[in-house]
This record gives sequence, C-alpha cells and structure tokens, in this order.
Amino acid sequence: MSVKILSDKCLGCKLCMKSCPFNAIEIKDGKAVLNDNCTGCGACETSCKFKAIEVEKVEKPVKDLSAYKGVWVFAEQRNGKLMGTAFELLGEGRKLADKLGVELSALLLGSNVAGLTDELIHHGADRVILADHPELKLYTTDGYTKVITELVNSKKPEIILIGATNIGRDLGPRIAARLDTGLTADCTKLEIDDEQKILLQTRPAFGGNIMATIITPKHRPQMSTVRPGVMKKMVPDSNRKGIVEKVEVKLEKKDIRTIVKEVVKSAKQAVNLIDADIIVSGGRGLGGPDGFKLVEELAKELGGVVGSSRAAVDSGWISQDHQVGQTGKTVRPKIYVACGISGAIQHLAGMQGSDCIIAVNKNPDAPIFDVADYGIVGDLHKVIPMMVEEVKKVKEA
Amino acid sequence: MKEEAFMNFSLTKEQEMVRKLLKEFSEKVVKPLAAEIDATERFPRETVEKMARFDMMGIPFPKKYGGAGGDNLTYAIAVEELSKVCGTTGVILSAHTSLGAQPIYQYGTEEQKMKYLVPLAKGEKVGAFGLTEPNAGTDSSAQQTVAVLDGDNYILNGSKVFITNGGEADIYIVFAMTDKSKGNKGISAFIVEKDFIGFSIGKKEEKLGIRGSSTTELIFENCIVPKENLLGQENKGFGIAMQTLDGGRIGIAAQALGIAEGALDEAVKYMKERKQFGMPLSSFQGLQWMIADMATRVEAARFLVYNAADKKDKKLTFSTEAAMAKLFAAETAMDVTTKAVQIFGGYGYTRDYPVERMMRDAKITEIYEGTSQVQKMVIAAKVLK
Amino acid sequence: MKIIVCIKQVPDTNEVKLDPKTGTLIRDGVPSIINHDDMNALEGALELKDRYKDVEITLLTMGPPQADVALREALAMGADRAILVSDRAFAGADTWATSNTLTAAIKKIGSFDMIFCGRQAIDGDTAQVGPQVAEKLDLPQVTYVQKIEVTGDKVTVQRALEDGYEVIEVKMPCVLTTIKELNTPRYASVKGIFEAYREKTVENWTAKDIEIDPEIIGLNGSPTNVRKTFTPEPKGKGTMLPGCDKDTVCDLFGRLKEKYII
Repeated sequence: MSVKILSDKCLGCKLCMKSCPFNAIEIKDGKAVLNDNCTGCGACETSCKFKAIEVEKVEKPVKDLSAYKGVWVFAEQRNGKLMGTAFELLGEGRKLADKLGVELSALLLGSNVAGLTDELIHHGADRVILADHPELKLYTTDGYTKVITELVNSKKPEIILIGATNIGRDLGPRIAARLDTGLTADCTKLEIDDEQKILLQTRPAFGGNIMATIITPKHRPQMSTVRPGVMKKMVPDSNRKGIVEKVEVKLEKKDIRTIVKEVVKSAKQAVNLIDADIIVSGGRGLGGPDGFKLVEELAKELGGVVGSSRAAVDSGWISQDHQVGQTGKTVRPKIYVACGISGAIQHLAGMQGSDCIIAVNKNPDAPIFDVADYGIVGDLHKVIPMMVEEVKKVKEA
Repeated sequence: MKEEAFMNFSLTKEQEMVRKLLKEFSEKVVKPLAAEIDATERFPRETVEKMARFDMMGIPFPKKYGGAGGDNLTYAIAVEELSKVCGTTGVILSAHTSLGAQPIYQYGTEEQKMKYLVPLAKGEKVGAFGLTEPNAGTDSSAQQTVAVLDGDNYILNGSKVFITNGGEADIYIVFAMTDKSKGNKGISAFIVEKDFIGFSIGKKEEKLGIRGSSTTELIFENCIVPKENLLGQENKGFGIAMQTLDGGRIGIAAQALGIAEGALDEAVKYMKERKQFGMPLSSFQGLQWMIADMATRVEAARFLVYNAADKKDKKLTFSTEAAMAKLFAAETAMDVTTKAVQIFGGYGYTRDYPVERMMRDAKITEIYEGTSQVQKMVIAAKVLK
Repeated sequence: MKIIVCIKQVPDTNEVKLDPKTGTLIRDGVPSIINHDDMNALEGALELKDRYKDVEITLLTMGPPQADVALREALAMGADRAILVSDRAFAGADTWATSNTLTAAIKKIGSFDMIFCGRQAIDGDTAQVGPQVAEKLDLPQVTYVQKIEVTGDKVTVQRALEDGYEVIEVKMPCVLTTIKELNTPRYASVKGIFEAYREKTVENWTAKDIEIDPEIIGLNGSPTNVRKTFTPEPKGKGTMLPGCDKDTVCDLFGRLKEKYII
C-alpha cells in the first residue's frame, strides 16, 4: 500500500498526525506531508475529514476465509481448577459469538478434567472441546501447541481468545506462528466490526501511553490474548445446556521437549518502592505506628508496597527505607494511595509522577488533593478498612 | 594566538555514550549517597570501587597502562556528570586522575608507569598530589619540605597541607626541595607510597564544602623514598608541578561546571513545582530572568571547559584556555548555586534540598588548584606577552 | 557455547509524555534505550560468559539504522559480535513478520546453542516475538525465565508463574525469554564503550543478505494491521468523591475498574 496526501484538499488540520502510529506526518507550509517514517499502513485515511488522503491498496489474492466459523475460548486450568480468565473469556466470547451468530466453544486441555465441563457450559459455552490426556496434566508449550493447532486445522474457528496469563502468553504466540496467523496481545476491548464482521482488538501500547485497535483482515483464525481481570464473566446459569466433545489426543512424551521438574508456590518477594506498581503510603494522619497496620492491609490486598511520608518516619512509626519524597525515594507507580498525608511539597516531589493518585485525608484543604486524581475527605481509620473490604469483594468477583 | 584549530562542536558517539553511562551512574549510584557523605564527612569508598569496575578511574590513559583508552574531553565529561549530583565525588576523580596519575603518565619511566600508573588507571589504587604546604599555597615555590639523597634513598622531611584524597590515597606525588640554593629550580617530584616508613597522615580538615572529600596533612619524618621513585629529573619538579596543575585545572573546571549545572537543573525543576500566589514560580519574570542569566553563564562555561580539554587532546597548548575555563566555571558555579538557593527560598537553606550543599561545594572551585587570582595572573601573562 | 541475544532499541516509554493540550504523544526528544527485558537477556548471557569463559555472544537487532547505537552499547557491555538487520522493507512489521526476519537472520548466523530474548518490548508490549522465533526455528522455548543454570547441553531454568515458579529442564538448542527478576544488568564500562566503537564492528545486513521472501516481511507481510490509534483520555483535574462512607468507596473502585486502573 502506498499513501498520498492531496495537498490541494489538505487544510492542515492535523487530525491525520494524531492517528499516525509511526510519527510519519508533519506540517510544512500549512499542509500535511509524509516523512520517511511512513510505512504505508493507511491508518490516517479514515481520520481525514476532507478526503485529502489517498491510500493505494495492492490487492493480494485472499485466502478463502468463509470456511472459518465459531468463537473459541481457551479455558485455562491449573491443578484441575479453572482460572478466572476462562470465565471472563466466555463472558466476552458469548457477546462476540452472539453478534456473529456462531457457536461459542471452550477449549479444555488437561488430565482427568472432564468434571470441569459443566462449569464452562454454565458460564456461556455452547460446546466444550475436551482434550484429556496424561501428558496434558501440566502445561507444556509443545504439548498444548500440538493439540490445539491440530484441532484448529480440523475445525477452523474464526476467533480464538486466550487469557494473557503467564501461560497464555507463552502459548498464544506459538500457536499463531504455527498457524501463520495474526495474534494481538493483551487486549482490553473486543468488538465485531458491523460491516466486515471482523474482530476489532483494542489494546494498550507504548508502555500504556496509547491505545491501538488492531485487525487481522486476511488470516484465520483471528487470535487475541486478553488481559485478565478486564472482561466480565456471565452470571452462571446452571440450566444452560451444551455439548461436550471429547477429542482424541495423539501425544507422546517425546513430542514434549521441556520437562517440568518442580512447581513451587511462593509469595511474592518484597518488592522495592522504585519498582512497585502499587504503593499505599501513610503519613502523620495515621496517628501512630498502629496506623500502618491499616496501610499494610490495604497494600497486601492490592498487591502493593507500603510507603511513608517523612513525618511518619521521623516519628519513628516506620523505617526510613519506606520513605517517599525529596529526602526519600522518588516513585512512579500505577497507583499511589496517600493515607493521612498532607501533601507537603517535599512529599509531592517524590510521588506526583504516579499514574493515579488516590488521597484520603480528613482535612479538605490538604494540598495532596491538588494532585490527587480521586480524593476522599474523611477519617482514614474508617475509610481504609472500607477500601480493604471493597478490594476483597472485587477480587472475589 | 597562533593555533587555528577550532573545536568541533559535536561530541563523538563514544563521548556521548560515555556521558550517558556517567549520567545514569551518577543518578543511580552517586546521588543517593551525596547528602549522607556530606553530612558525615565520609569518603565514599564504595563509589570509588564501583567506578574502578567500570573503568572510570583512568579514562584518558591508554589501555596498555590500565586506562580506558579515552581522551581528556571524555574525562572532563565524566567529572562534569559526577559533579552534577555530588561535588565530592567529582573532585575525588579529578584529583586522582589529573593530579595523582597524570604526572606519572607524562613524566614517569616505563617501570614507574607499569608499577604505579597501571593500578591507578585501573582504580585499584587511589592517587593524590602533595604540593601545598602551610607556607606555600599560592606561592607554591616556597617549598620547605626537603629531600636529601642518602645512598639508595631520598630522605624526606616536612609536611603538606590541604591534600585532596589524603589518607585515602595509596600513591602520592610529593614535591620537595633537593637543592635549596636554586629556589624553584631546586624542587623535585617523588612517588610516595602510603606505607613508606616515615610517612604519616596528619590532621583531617573540617571543611565548608566537599565534606566527603578527605583533605589532610601529610607528614614526612625521615621518610624513606627509594631513589627509583624520583619522578622525572632531579630539580625539574617545579615544571612537573606546574604542568600537572595546568591539566588539573580542566578537571576542576569540569567539576565547577557540573556543580553549576546540577544547581540549575534543581532550580528549574523547583520553579515548575512550587506555587505561590496561585502560580508556579516559573511564571514570575524576575525569576525567569535569573534563570536566563544562570543558563547563559553555564552554557558559556561549558564551551570553555570543553575547548580546553579538546585543545589538550589535540596536543595544542591549552594552559591559558584551561585557566580561563577554571576561572569562569568556578565563578559561574558560585553565582549559579547562590542564585539557586535564592530561588528555593527558605527551603533552599535547609538540608531537605541539595542546593545549599551545592553552594558550599562551589566555593572551593574558586580556590584550589590555583585561586581565581592565580588564573587571572596566568591569563594576563599570556595575553600581554 | 554460542548464544544469540536478540535486542530491540525502543523509545523510553517511561519518559513519554502526553501533550496536555492536544492529547497526543510527545515523541520528540524521547531518548532511545535498549529494551529493559533485553538487557536482562544480555546480562544473562554475559554472566554465563563470566562463568564459563568460552562463550561467544552475538547480538541481533531488526531495526532502523539508528539502532546501531543500541548495539554499540551492548557491545560495550561485553558482547562479541553485533548484527543489525535493517531494510526499508521491514518497516511496519507486526510480530509475525518480525519473527520471520529474525529467523532468517539466525539461520544465516548458522550455529548457536541458545537464543535469549527479553520477554516483552516496552513499545509493542506483545511478548510474542520470542516464542514465534522459537516456533519458526522449531526449537523448544521457555518464557518468563528468572534463573538460568547450564550443565553441558542441559539448561535448567526457573519459569515464573503469577504465584510462584516452575523448575524446567530443556536441552540445547533452545529459546529462553527473560524477565527482570533474572538479574541486574551491568553498566557498560568506559573502556568497553571505546572498544565498541573502535575495535568491534556492527555488521549491517539487508533483506537481500538474509535471503528472505519479501511477501512475509514488513507491513505487507503482516497478518495484523493497525486500524487506528488513540490516546486514552488525558488526566483531567482530580475528582473529590462526595462523602466518606461505603458508597464513596464503592464509587471509587467502580471508577478505577472502568478506567482499567485495577
């Protein structure tokens, strides 16, 4: 494809510049021009309201894609228990399948896992494709890839969704490469395009600074790994009925080139402040060292690290390595919860780069609220426990 | 001035990459310690060990002598980047490289280079330079430390004062009178190891700034120095001292430049964050103009420093350029750091922010390795020739 | 032992800011760095080299000409050989097309015992290239590697799971993708930097050099296309949530969920 800007139609409005993923459009003398970064992707075409962009498409022979029908969801299970993503994907897959008017199947691999099929059907699957075999007990790249790609080649689904877990992100690309099809990673939104009936896959890129909508127009199946915890699962309906299709699995030990010697469960090691994604911090408003118990609880539920203002450290309520601020550490987590911290400039210097700042303070004029994204004016001794409860509820859902 | 060679105004890719390395090293390794070593007057030995690991202690020396195979401009950039976050660490490197190691590189025999320059360049040993005496500061030729040849050794008697890296260094370039009747033509240079009999470290100074830098007396009481450790020729030591200080000026100018840049960066950052009268400080024209002055002077200082280093690398005469760079950069450091504290207001006067330390660190750059008055003497002498 | 380390030069997305007025990314002046996970991969190889001495590390990058700087930095850290596969034909490649290119380059490099890749690049954020290269080379893969031990031709690794890890054994040749828990990458040394520019070379290979089918590379060879990009809503002024009771907290978490913050 090659892109041309019709300068006589161009008004220099810059809308195309915003839509270009490669920074390939510049304004010269009031008109848009393409620079060397242009890859001809054509993302700018639809952004121009003045029809000043022409994209010349090179027509390539297209595979017959009509044979591919159906939405598949990889029902990840570990140790005989279905992962949350399985249900989230079914919830989302149900919507996609309904929009396309096709069947939704759950793909279940494991050993002695037939007992899980009902749960999958209750959560929205029309069919469960069950591949049960001793060599599938633990996840291995080779085992799962072989079984799944053989099934895909014989049954031809048009869409496959996999949870973007540590396993899913190992499996997804391997399958996509073997099937020579496109895979979009870590999607946060899935839709069906009304006209072309293809999957629109939206996901964060550039470190989360932008969102991109990706399509796989000419290859099948369209594959996505989906960020866990984002899609909504259906309310399980125990009256739902579906088909369980047990497939033959041809798999031998020699097909699998990795050996799992041991599975070790361990609590996450203490993450340091600088690397933490989530920090819950306490200040003078905690009233004493006991206040940090609340902070620690909330941090634990959120999977975060405990921070502190200088005031709390100077008062001896917590050790200096937790200190955030001008004379402590500078942090940039995704979430920073400031509990009983007034927001003196020395503290702000250490945390105002956080993506999302949530502040709880009983003083409505506390300067922390000037930088917070969400502020709650109240007694933290009451609010924090409520937050802990809410987080527990959200995690269970 | 006869030399036509002008500076190429861009750095080479290697120099840019070294700057990037030093910048990250300074931010991650040096900066976290800066306040503490200043408060406790502690020599950051662990930083020196890390710098040695990454070949930072011998940047301008060839690989065959244990150096990094770089040049003086790269070395100046390294001192600059370190000094942005910690004036102390900057001077430790500068004194070690320009004053401790460079004279051996320039005047040493092959044996002396292999024995002393290699471990210094690798950072396995730390170097220092002992010229200044209680009665010989700016008038450095008024040496009273004497060295008498006795068989296979020189015997040194006397003392040195205000020696940077004193007590922490392993190798000292020490100057002493070998022929009092010849005045400054009777001074010799010696390589003294810390363990030589009769050599001890005296008082450690408590200073206004660069407090983590160890500044001590050196005491020689019948100190035995093997005659192989005479550096250069007997009675030619004063020339060695002056030449060495010429080069050392580039290091100190780079230190002053770094301190000024560090203070400027802090002031800019603060002006964007701090609000008064409902507006960030950066909205106020009075302060904008201060920043404009500061930034312009820093930029000018940078060119003077790089120019001096570049001339040295091109083996052109650089003495006047180095003096100009040191004079201007030191005055700039003092000016910029003082203004930075002013911009921070009350907070700048406290230890919460680094600018008060930067201001205290800046002052010494106008004094050591030739006071600003000495620099003016050097420059005027050249210009009025 | 021969290790190929795939590295990518990326914009430092931690330093990317949104223009508050236009809502677009400010890409000017964003420094380019070696992708963080790739640094861990390289450090992993360098540690093996420190330990076993007879280890040759070859760097491989698919990128524009300016990726030379990234390769020089990696050479300065201690790698032996650097190959930059660069060609306009590769532009706009998705992970499938990229892995085709890297696979062809690796085939041209010839013999190797292991391929190390960083798990994921901070600009594309897909974590797909490593496994796809492994597939195309028909090699076993282990992803999320946080510890590596080598005995002869056997590699024993710890593979991170969300709640722990697995100990996995695999034989060479194999592909490992590494995460930050593996190690702390060393700094380049000043001497290394000068050597990287004066004594070591970066080999430049084009599409022709790696003899690759033009249909399977670059934008045209990519099964996925970008339909559009947009910036998430810019952070407006903060919101003070009314009250301080259960409803307030519910409201807070509802909003956080909506914005995918939790």
